[in-house]
Amino acid sequence: MTGQLPVLQVAVPLLCAPLCVLLRSRFVAWLLFLAASLTSLTCAVWLAERVDRTGALRYAMGDWQAPYGIEFVVNGFNTPVLLLVSLSAVVAAVYSRRSVAAELDDRRVPLLYACLCLALAGLLGLSITGDVFNAFVFLEISSLSTYTMIAMGRRRQALLASFRYLVIGTIGATFLLIGIGLAYAVTGTLNMADLAQRLTGSHDNRALQAAVVFVFVGLAVKMAVFPLHAWLPAAYGEAPSAVSTFVAATGTKVAIYVFCRFAFTVFGASLVFGAMPVDRIGLLLACLGILAGSAAACFQDDLRYVLAWSSVAQVGYIVAGVSLATTAGVSGAYLHMIMHSVTKAALFAIAGVLLLRLGSVRLADLAGLGRRMPWTFAAFVVAGLGLVGVPPTAGFASKWALVTALVERDQWPVLVAMLAGSLLALVYVGRVIEVAWFREPPDGADPLRPPASMVAAIWFLVLLSLYFGIDASLPAHLADAAAAALLGKGGG
Amino acid sequence: MIASHYVYWTFFALMLIGLYVVISHGNLLKKLIGLSLFQVGVFLFYIGLGKQDGGSAPIISDDVETYSHPLPQVLILTAIVVGVATLAVGLALAVRIFEAYGTVEEDEVLERDSTERLAERDRERAAEHDGGGS
Amino acid sequence: MTTTFTLINVSLLAILTATAVTITRLRALYEATMLAALFSLVTACLFVLLDAVDVAFTEAAVGVGISTVLLLGVLALTRSSESVTPRRRRLPGAIAVLLVGGTLGYASLDLPEFGSADSPVQRHPVTEVYLHQSQEDIGIPNTVTSVLASYRGLDTLGELVVVFTAGLAVLSLLGPLARPERTRPTADFHLADYRVIRVVSGALMPFILLFALYVLFHGDYGPGGGFQAGVIFASGFVLYGLVFGLDRAQRVVPRAALWLLVSLGLLLYIGLGVTTMLLGGSFLDYDVLASDPDTGQHLGILVVETAIGITVASVMTTIFFGFAGRGVAR
Repeated sequence: MTGQLPVLQVAVPLLCAPLCVLLRSRFVAWLLFLAASLTSLTCAVWLAERVDRTGALRYAMGDWQAPYGIEFVVNGFNTPVLLLVSLSAVVAAVYSRRSVAAELDDRRVPLLYACLCLALAGLLGLSITGDVFNAFVFLEISSLSTYTMIAMGRRRQALLASFRYLVIGTIGATFLLIGIGLAYAVTGTLNMADLAQRLTGSHDNRALQAAVVFVFVGLAVKMAVFPLHAWLPAAYGEAPSAVSTFVAATGTKVAIYVFCRFAFTVFGASLVFGAMPVDRIGLLLACLGILAGSAAACFQDDLRYVLAWSSVAQVGYIVAGVSLATTAGVSGAYLHMIMHSVTKAALFAIAGVLLLRLGSVRLADLAGLGRRMPWTFAAFVVAGLGLVGVPPTAGFASKWALVTALVERDQWPVLVAMLAGSLLALVYVGRVIEVAWFREPPDGADPLRPPASMVAAIWFLVLLSLYFGIDASLPAHLADAAAAALLGKGGG
Repeated sequence: MIASHYVYWTFFALMLIGLYVVISHGNLLKKLIGLSLFQVGVFLFYIGLGKQDGGSAPIISDDVETYSHPLPQVLILTAIVVGVATLAVGLALAVRIFEAYGTVEEDEVLERDSTERLAERDRERAAEHDGGGS
Repeated sequence: MTTTFTLINVSLLAILTATAVTITRLRALYEATMLAALFSLVTACLFVLLDAVDVAFTEAAVGVGISTVLLLGVLALTRSSESVTPRRRRLPGAIAVLLVGGTLGYASLDLPEFGSADSPVQRHPVTEVYLHQSQEDIGIPNTVTSVLASYRGLDTLGELVVVFTAGLAVLSLLGPLARPERTRPTADFHLADYRVIRVVSGALMPFILLFALYVLFHGDYGPGGGFQAGVIFASGFVLYGLVFGLDRAQRVVPRAALWLLVSLGLLLYIGLGVTTMLLGGSFLDYDVLASDPDTGQHLGILVVETAIGITVASVMTTIFFGFAGRGVAR
């Protein structure tokens, strides 16, 4: 049965989604989502361990060997992503029980859990597939379910946020489709490994170069790389808390992984970073993204928008690492991906608790939080410092790895942008802390204690980020293995 | 070049017309119509890749020699379905936006949001002021 | 190449382009919707010309049928004319068009000749496998069906999941769960008051449903399959709902039954995959379903097509009820 693990990873959440709709009980739906995420996590751990010992695993769907059928590939480059996505799902499941019950009307709750299952299945499928068109299909599954979940937000702004994300996201997906079509026209295949093999030596094929452009622009939309990030702040800011916790931890990260997969194992680094200037463009956009995102975060007056804009900046850090196209850079990018996921999920989860107990997360309404909800505030401070990158938090370890990689390649301007970004992060996190600690709390009774399950989820993430900050050996090992698998050889 | 590529160019032109509508038009429904045009252009491009001169539909029979390629057709079947699913979700959102704002023009929706935000900020300022004064 | 082909091709392409340009310029959205339907119809013709009969069938059912009905339904609920596009909005679109157009034009310089038998697509070994080897592996004349349901069965599962997700989205946005507070009583006016429409649509119903079944089970031998059948099935109910009113349509297919069917189709498909795994094969490996691989493949593909048909028909009907119910409720 262990041979079937790659497909179980995706099929179990997929199976749970229609069951949620069919059984239509809030509790059962939640239980199904929890079960789906736990199963995925178990599969992911098992797969990661297997891959670590024996190398890449391949699974042929329907027993049709690639390139005739679709195959799933598990290798060093996607095990960290699988672990990250399924772990985030487990945390989101624990967190969501009370949060969703408070934010949504009862009859829509099972639908939300069904969508969470679908989003989980979509993201896992996108991470594990070895076929470019299949990747498009899984991308659409995860996107469509995410649009639906965002539209379930409490305020009417959520509707427009979802609509805009839908339009921009679909344009991005269609760009990806055009790129895949052009690559298909040049090679006649859709399998990633087969594509890589047939593409070697056709670097000056103009259709292929255009394919690279379309695939990367399409993915850049999903990654929220700087000029294409416009959908992100409202989408994360308006979604139900459980959804923004899950999506902020996983959505853009999976897209970044797919970018790496295309860049290194499909098109090949010599084409993407050698013949075409993707590395220079990537570094430039990364710098702009870091500065613009961090600066915009300083001017928001809603905590969730602060966090969302900071995500735009953090994508910049990761893109900078990938664009270096060195082992150290890619490894640093993966490390930052993991660290930032944990930190940002914790912060969005905290925002959800505040929303539940204070009724608003506008900065003005957080006055005196430090005295009214000291533990939640403490969690915010630790996670916030992780965002800035203060030692010994998780953010420091990964930023240090990125800085080392940049210095190695003498990319001083990027380094300056990164430092400026970190200082700005200090400003926007500091602004929140200032309001929460130094402003007088409004009169009235102290808010109720937050539900235990939500607190448990938050502290799990916060403590995990502290642990990773002190002992980063596990994520660093995963990141190194990922970089080695991506840069080691051409084929996927 | 023209004789062998004009078909592709027309498909590309269709994509561009659709893309222009999506980006430049502010009406949410028109945007969705544009999105469909854009996607249809891409569908045609894929199907064009599988076409073979003198071929026929890839349904095997004894009296046919050459067939067009079935794979792009399968891909586009999937893509059409994905497209209509997206359209349905987009339209449902547009209906809800109309109910919430009374309009389906993006600019007007944004304007209403920003007036609401400004009013809220003013109220807050006023409340703060009162609090300080008393 | 034959001149007739080129001639038809060129004229269809010209009609398409002209329609598309007109759509962009029209501010009356009803007219734009009807032209979009025309656009789909012409596209479907073009697909036939390009030997993609299955795709043409789907495009006709989806583009001309479902999309148009949905758009019209939404227009009935919202305002139906577009305001003037301000000048500042034109610039970003123009820039995007220039950049994308430039890249596409650049790409086309190295695209293989249109219709060439020597392109990488035609030369790749999958062509041989899908066209000829499939006759031994699976034994179905319509290779589109065998690639769709067997070789790339996972894509099709994904496609069905997307349809399912769209159903969930419409349920959560427009379903009875999100009904606005104010509800007006149902309009008394029905198309059923017109005897001709009533009799004709009543007489058509059984044929539509029968045709859907034919399309479902004939997908192995000719164009057709689960998706097209599902859409035709749904269009039968849509017609019924339009003529006899939503209430009577919902009495024929109650919401609870729809919810059940929406999930059932998808469960059937995934369940098929799980069954093949339990029988010792890979996910969606139909060979293990019967002692003889050929029979197994036939059985598997039949289940897949049925599953698609069930979910697509019920999702499309749900979506239609969602939009139509909104009209009644407002």
